[in-house]
Amino acid sequence: MALKGNLRDFTVTQLLNLINVAQKTGTLVVEGPNEKVFVSFREGKLAYAQIGEDGHSLAYVLHRAKKISSSQYRAINERAGNISDKELGLLLINASYVTQQDILSSLQVYFIGVVNRLFTWIEGLFRFEINLLPPDDKITMRISLENIIIEGSRRLREREQLQDEIPSLDMALKFSERPGTNIRNVNLSVEEWRVVSYINPKNTMRQIASTTKMNDIEIRRIVYGLLQAGLVEIVRPEGRLVKPMQGRLRVPQASKEEQKSLINRIISRIRSI
Amino acid sequence: MQTVKMVVTGPFNSGKTEFIRSVSEIDVVSTERKISSETERIKETTTVAMDFGRITVDNDLVLYLFGTPGQRRFDFMWEILSEGMLGFIVMVDSTRPETFREARSILETFRAYAPTPYVVTANKQDREEAWELDDMRIALRLDRKVKLLPCIATEKEAVKSVLLELLYSILAEMEAN
Repeated sequence: MALKGNLRDFTVTQLLNLINVAQKTGTLVVEGPNEKVFVSFREGKLAYAQIGEDGHSLAYVLHRAKKISSSQYRAINERAGNISDKELGLLLINASYVTQQDILSSLQVYFIGVVNRLFTWIEGLFRFEINLLPPDDKITMRISLENIIIEGSRRLREREQLQDEIPSLDMALKFSERPGTNIRNVNLSVEEWRVVSYINPKNTMRQIASTTKMNDIEIRRIVYGLLQAGLVEIVRPEGRLVKPMQGRLRVPQASKEEQKSLINRIISRIRSI
Repeated sequence: MQTVKMVVTGPFNSGKTEFIRSVSEIDVVSTERKISSETERIKETTTVAMDFGRITVDNDLVLYLFGTPGQRRFDFMWEILSEGMLGFIVMVDSTRPETFREARSILETFRAYAPTPYVVTANKQDREEAWELDDMRIALRLDRKVKLLPCIATEKEAVKSVLLELLYSILAEMEAN
């Protein structure tokens, strides 16, 4: 029977386990809502992975891994855009721009990154094509799946835990007003600060996620961290839901008088401090 | 509950934290300390120390004060912070002329992000080595129309004056438009 189905019913961890145990050779094709992922295996080991039909070149992978500079990446694209990954790899090694180890480690990180991305997908059609293998000009590897599967299980547990902690993204957030809460010396990541800047009892977590282009797990993870730190509380959305505007947020488009009134209220308050 | 925000920016150690702390009703969230610790260097995810304060105006309105990270390597945060702001304040350390060029660069960057009113504050004016305002205006190449305000960021009244001047500028622009 063809190995195919939906991630809704069969998780990526289970798929990888099956491929590992059965030592399968072929390519797992997964179609998500916005993109398609191809993950190739040889005798149960991860050999290659790409996002989209064309995937990314070796030059892209090395640039992302900071093994080559932006100007080198540009030069390669301009002068050697049609060269195969294998030829490019040899060229770069011979010219002493990178070592073989640089190439292999960068590819490993990239391939594993592609697979880890799949762990965040809750839904998607998958099929395992035994006759589909990576193109000959691509560099392949032999990466054991055990650690990837363990990491995937951990992410799955985390996802389930986060869903238990924050079951609904249609709730809003407000900053904690607990007196005496010690919130000094909190270092937040860029993504966390981006979420913090949209916190408003009128904005649901789903709307914040949409505006900041985060998926369900990412927003839950960030909110969970802020909850644990005592910085925010989950509240019912207030009144009419205010959809965060795409791009630049603005003060709601009130009339001129309303805007002036708002500023005057702030002025009065500042004077009274 | 409506929220509005102002951004306090400026070079590293210009007094942003103290400025926000002087008027915020909550403890300022973080400071710019420990930026070169070994622990931070080996972290996989870059964390950003920023200042965050709050002033509750009334039952329906809250003003947030965001202090930008002063280090240049965090300048990618500035655009995020500038989204939706009412206006911004550029803090300049009057005692460190070597930071004036950077202050000017930060000012131009924020002006490009958003056409909102702003003021420039000459902080640490209580220090003996502080530059005179007129000299700072020339060194910062500020137009005559730009408000350059003396400030001592640890003094609440001085900080209030700066915030009020920015609010007056915002009102004036609304009138003009």
